[in-house]
Amino acid sequence: MKRLIPLVLCFIFGIVMIATQFSPHPISKRVYEEVVNGALIISPFALVLATVTLIQTHATRILRRSDHWQYSFVVFAGLITMVVIGVPFGPKNTVFEWLYNNVQVPMDATMFSLLAFFIASAAYRAFRARTTEATLLLVTALIVMLGNVPVGNLVWNKLMSWTPWVDQASAAREWILYNPNLSARRGIILGVSLGVISQSVRIILGIERSYLGGGD
Amino acid sequence: MKQKKIVLWIMVCMVMFISGTIAFSQEPAPIPPSEPEEAEVPPSVDPDVPSNVTAKDTPNDDGTSITVTWDIPPEDSGVVGYKILRNTNGGDFEEIGEQLTPLDTYDKREKINKYKDSKIVKDTSHAYIVRAIGANTTAESQQTAAVMAKAQWFHTGEIPLFISMLIFCAAIVGNVYYAKGGKDIFVRRIPGLEAVDEAIGRATEMGRSILYSTGLGGVSDVATIASMTILGQVARRTADYETPLRVPCKDPIVMNVLREMVKSSYLDEGRPDIYNEDNIFFITESQFAYAAGVDGIMLREKPAAIFLQGTFYAESLILAETGNSIGAIQIAGTDSEHQLPFFIAACDYTLIGEELYAASTYLSREPMLLGSLRGQDLGKLLIFVTMIAGVVLELIGINWITTLLQRVS
Repeated sequence: MKRLIPLVLCFIFGIVMIATQFSPHPISKRVYEEVVNGALIISPFALVLATVTLIQTHATRILRRSDHWQYSFVVFAGLITMVVIGVPFGPKNTVFEWLYNNVQVPMDATMFSLLAFFIASAAYRAFRARTTEATLLLVTALIVMLGNVPVGNLVWNKLMSWTPWVDQASAAREWILYNPNLSARRGIILGVSLGVISQSVRIILGIERSYLGGGD
Repeated sequence: MKQKKIVLWIMVCMVMFISGTIAFSQEPAPIPPSEPEEAEVPPSVDPDVPSNVTAKDTPNDDGTSITVTWDIPPEDSGVVGYKILRNTNGGDFEEIGEQLTPLDTYDKREKINKYKDSKIVKDTSHAYIVRAIGANTTAESQQTAAVMAKAQWFHTGEIPLFISMLIFCAAIVGNVYYAKGGKDIFVRRIPGLEAVDEAIGRATEMGRSILYSTGLGGVSDVATIASMTILGQVARRTADYETPLRVPCKDPIVMNVLREMVKSSYLDEGRPDIYNEDNIFFITESQFAYAAGVDGIMLREKPAAIFLQGTFYAESLILAETGNSIGAIQIAGTDSEHQLPFFIAACDYTLIGEELYAASTYLSREPMLLGSLRGQDLGKLLIFVTMIAGVVLELIGINWITTLLQRVS
């Protein structure tokens, strides 16, 4: 019974939501909006539970003196500060906004900027020409890079002076991006789309039910 | 085998070389002469009266618009613009909207002049007059019959899509019954999924934990649901081996579902005693803060195996490279095609696109799920055949498949 009710609900809502995609009628649009908005109601309750979990996790870390447990105090400090300022004064409060713009945004940007270094290390590993595939990848990457950078055409012309492809660095880059690359991407997207439909059908029909957890 | 590979590479290189040569040798397409924005009209010419003016309820809409159509006048008609007049319930006619140029009203597809009035009064009939504007004078059409807009229940333009969906669903359901009949279904080898046992075994032998991330997707993302089902299978094995499984979450709803799922897996394996709810925990909803949190766990706890399955964005490489730096065996899988190259570069195994959705089927080997997978492949085959047939027919001048696909899109 514990599983039957969610399965029936999933089937009904699944079919209704598919039907709304084929109907332009205002009632259909209304049903779609109501269901989507209704689903949002769950979020605040889940967020309360998540906050409790966060507090539990970090309290346990402090109590057990786990590795780097001191950082958990920073979590509590951040949480309490934002709650104390944000709850009574709202998100438009000057201090709240200042903390967001001058603490959270720069920290996010710092994490994001790490990506540049990680790309370099990942590219080094991927482009080591140890196999035919890796060599091909390296050559392709070089061509795309030459097509992108301002001095690319100069280097390209030095390398390609013996071919009829002089001054074609950006044309080569575009050909790679819009022919083999785009074809492969579209192949993946096609597979993903069919996978999504298949997974959805499995869920709606109750064939895939592991996400419901245990109990009968 | 090696010879075959060499021949294959030579063919690929030749195709690329020829295509490249053709592509670069093509001269740039001539730029079509731009149309004059406004026709030069002799001042003495009066504009022609708009002919065949009709007003109809716009098909396949929510009942909020009426479409007025009229014939395209001859080139020397002297028309420089149009104004639309509307009445409500038989009242006086009033101008609606701004003055339109012939280019605004020209419908390339139907080769007709068209105006869509989206500001109608609900449950009210409207009649229309089209006023042609010349250099000095104007000419008005006769008024149309009064029309009332109605909402449609079914979008007839979506019929091809609807039929495609029914065929695809029928293929899946049919194959589920086929599989239920006890027929053996072949599934190709997916190295990333075969490595799951190896990764869990390695973590067990090393006495370290396993880290599983479902990414940034919410519970309504199909990729996240696919990731959840994989986690259910991974949890069964970790329950068997008594290996700690850590699952940091970005979405609180996902966290709760995951707790239920993992608990269920441990119960199914008869090991509810080793299930620890605290191992599935919320970090933050912020993208990069989540990445920082998971990186911190990787560096502190040094898990022996890391699973990155689900929807990922820019943080994919930050997570995968950190995992790589601690020497963990990493199995990634995502349907975000932009992140796939990063995972392929930084992880040991990567489930590409649809393999993520096939993973739970592959791991559980349940006949019904295998049947749905076969149905999915048949759908893919159908699309593949349609594409090939479309290209061949287009080359010989028959374009109904292209037209049909354009309508679907």
